[in-house]
Amino acid sequence: MAAINDVVIKIGTVNGTGSASANGLLRKAIFRMGIPVVGKNYFPSNIQGLPTWYEIRVTRDGYQARSDRVDIMVAMNAQTYAKDMTDVTPGGWLVYDSTWPRNQLLDREDIIVVGIPFSRMCNEHFDGVRTRILMKNIAYVGAIAALLDIDLEVIKELLEETFAAKQHMIASNMDAIHLGYDFAIENVACPLPPKVERMDATSDQVVIDGNTASALGCVYAGATVGAWYPITPSTSLMDGFRSFCAQYRIDPESGKRTYAIIQAEDELSAIGMVLGASWMGARAFTPTSGPGISLMSEFIGYAYYAEIPAVIFNVQRTGPSTGMPTRTQQSDILCCAYASHGDTKHILLFPSDPYECFTMSVQAFDLAERLQTPVMVLSDLDIGMNDWMVPEFEWDEDYVHDRGKVLSADDLEEMEAFYRYLDVDGDGIPYRTLPGTHPKGSYFTRGSGHTALGAYTENAADYQEVVDRLLDKWETARTHVPEPDIAYSTFNKSAILTVGSGNGACKEALDRLGKQNVGLNYCCVKAFPFGESVKDFIEKHEVIYVVEQNRDAQLRTLLILDCDAAPDKIVSLLHYNGIPLNAGFVVQKVLEEISKGRAA
Amino acid sequence: MTYIKKPGIVHPSLPKNKLGLTSRDYEGAVSTLCAGCGHDSVTAAIVQAVFELDIEPHMLAKMSGIGCSSKTPAYFVQQSHGFNSVHGRMPSVTTGANAANRNLKYIGVSGDGDSLSIGAGQFVHAIRRNINMCYILENNGVYGLTKGQFSASADIGSKPKKGLPNQQEPIDPVSTALSLGATYIARSFSGDKAQLVPLIKGALVHDGFSLVDIISPCVTFNDHDGSTKSYAHTRQKDHHVVDIDYIAPAGEITTAYDEGSAMPVELHDGSKIMLHKVDSTYDPTSRAIAFKYLRDRFNAGEITTGLLYLNDSRKEMHDLMGNIDMPLADLPMQSLRPAKGELEKILKRYR
Repeated sequence: MAAINDVVIKIGTVNGTGSASANGLLRKAIFRMGIPVVGKNYFPSNIQGLPTWYEIRVTRDGYQARSDRVDIMVAMNAQTYAKDMTDVTPGGWLVYDSTWPRNQLLDREDIIVVGIPFSRMCNEHFDGVRTRILMKNIAYVGAIAALLDIDLEVIKELLEETFAAKQHMIASNMDAIHLGYDFAIENVACPLPPKVERMDATSDQVVIDGNTASALGCVYAGATVGAWYPITPSTSLMDGFRSFCAQYRIDPESGKRTYAIIQAEDELSAIGMVLGASWMGARAFTPTSGPGISLMSEFIGYAYYAEIPAVIFNVQRTGPSTGMPTRTQQSDILCCAYASHGDTKHILLFPSDPYECFTMSVQAFDLAERLQTPVMVLSDLDIGMNDWMVPEFEWDEDYVHDRGKVLSADDLEEMEAFYRYLDVDGDGIPYRTLPGTHPKGSYFTRGSGHTALGAYTENAADYQEVVDRLLDKWETARTHVPEPDIAYSTFNKSAILTVGSGNGACKEALDRLGKQNVGLNYCCVKAFPFGESVKDFIEKHEVIYVVEQNRDAQLRTLLILDCDAAPDKIVSLLHYNGIPLNAGFVVQKVLEEISKGRAA
Repeated sequence: MTYIKKPGIVHPSLPKNKLGLTSRDYEGAVSTLCAGCGHDSVTAAIVQAVFELDIEPHMLAKMSGIGCSSKTPAYFVQQSHGFNSVHGRMPSVTTGANAANRNLKYIGVSGDGDSLSIGAGQFVHAIRRNINMCYILENNGVYGLTKGQFSASADIGSKPKKGLPNQQEPIDPVSTALSLGATYIARSFSGDKAQLVPLIKGALVHDGFSLVDIISPCVTFNDHDGSTKSYAHTRQKDHHVVDIDYIAPAGEITTAYDEGSAMPVELHDGSKIMLHKVDSTYDPTSRAIAFKYLRDRFNAGEITTGLLYLNDSRKEMHDLMGNIDMPLADLPMQSLRPAKGELEKILKRYR
């Protein structure tokens, strides 16, 4: 049930009508009142004219996942009115635009329906079609403010910040806010029981999407070359990088750019550019999604074998094939782990929220250069494009980026000879040289068979020496990748294990299960290959509920392959309909398994 | 095999360039291509061109894709980094490398299979971006490594060793590049080193994308009677238009050409290439004329060689983007992150 500072508002509108900024205003106002809040987009693969929803979860407990309730539905789109009404949780409210009569047949006894004539009020008050449409959105923000007791001064403050350069917009937007607000105050018993009350839980927090956070991470990682081909849901990552670079990457002396963003003709080319730039010593990256990974696979295998750093962001969407481009999933885990033909395997990082998107961006470049191999950061649409409340990012001014084993001109001058693929240090990682450094550093980079000395080979032993050494490097990688997040609540023999965006829902589920006296331990993996701590965690438990967002239990497969985990103790809880995971699903599935006789 | 070392004996009488290096210093591993392969002649011409331009070996990057042509960067300038990439993707790797370091000279070696089929998209877009590189297309109309299938540049009526003649329209890289606005377009013949070396030198010095399409007969699969890319056919049908001689800014090589028919064109770096008009009506700065000329000669069954088009006014990729002169790869990490305190300011937007 909804309660004070625990309420879910879902707003149904038409995409392309400017509702995103109104929804952002509402979400920010609640955040500014010190109350934890998250926002989720449910949008069509379309530019303008189709239904879209935004869900604001006010969560005093600071949960990150989608809720399984809709306490207040704002049904602004007549096209989806019937469906929107059925989505309201019993005991909830539905707000609709009463300018036009609604079909009485679509009534529900167990919810309260509030009609507010948004269109009529805005048509009477504002001129111009575009303005009227935009202001109608702002008016519903005003109505919600009244229903939930949101401080109008906070809304005004936000509008003043947004329209600092367009003062007249502040007044007109506040007029629209008051149209909705005043009507609600006069006609509805405001505030509703699940209202908001000021808290002090957001002062060290931000609300940000994962793609923006990754882009900011790329800036702090010192990336200078970004090559990409636009694809939903990764596009906003490069958009973010471009806008940060426009501000922070202009050489003060010449006014020229210290970065290159290249929109490639396709993903085949984007990854080729990344390899060329990384080979030359720049930090280079490409953001993409599943279909892009399929196209890049040939070069990913090349980079693995020729040992070239590369950072690839895969903001996963619903597959297979084109799938549902604007829905989320974690269904590229196996495809990325083993991308390309031949014996290949790749380092994967799994951020579970935008905070980790920021930190893992920096880590990804360090690992790629340290280990001279592609590193893929696997977020998903839920993390990448939704608004998460996370702690403020920090940057340690003393941080030294790990540029890996790169020989300088002085190093080469002193050396007798340089051999590209020789394991000098015994950690499986050879030394590399950058073009343009020194004539002694030259070598021929190739995807064909090569010896430890870097020469072409078709010799059995020489070939095998190099691919075996790559396995040594893989074991070194295992000790370099981020550790899992492990929590023992009450030590027992069962646990939940998840990955990436499953973290929020699973942590909330652990709380709920705990209240029902089902105590489970917890592990959220952060990287592949899995470290010793993941192996150890699996060994310690008799039953592990692996929660992941794909049909085929890909994380489970990877655990079995990489950790020698016993298949029969891993129980898969799979959620793969494209909607972000919620705690209710996890709780229900765990309880079902327990009732079937699985130990808890 | 490429790991066989050439003997390291250098005759004292070999001429040296400004760096004190001989042409032997610009050689690579022993070629593994078939004896008599046109590509080996191109390799020799590249060695000569790079030697004569006094390019420091480590300041050259050798890029390629897959195929017979793409193996050749192993056979020249041993002391340069080479990147033998995947099929048809040399342009993208070169684009990225060049984006990271604009100070190096880039020579990409490709073939008709690599550039005109799987790599057609990348070839086209490298031209559009005007990447500062010398793109050598060793064109023999046939797939050698897979034993003699037609490539997309095979002429209608070309006969394979076995099977039926080609019936599909060929893709002509020169006309393609011309239509896309490439800024330096040349064609030559692997057996004509006198023409080829200056064309490659001009291409290396040109500030932007330069294509050198080189008819390079395949002795094993496409040098028989009936082939339109055989030695015999090419020698018979070759039609020189414009020969050039590269002139360094210092102006050392100035003679040996008839000045009355010479047309000097100043390049970006201040150096000049001298255009020799075999046909005095030909103007290599006009795309319209180039198109017509190529078509007329093609209809007459002739292969036009020489410098066919030159445009030195268009900016190369970095200048189009407004990039700093220094290589991006050389920028110190501290200079690449926002100043202290900026992160807090950025995060304010998300509060």
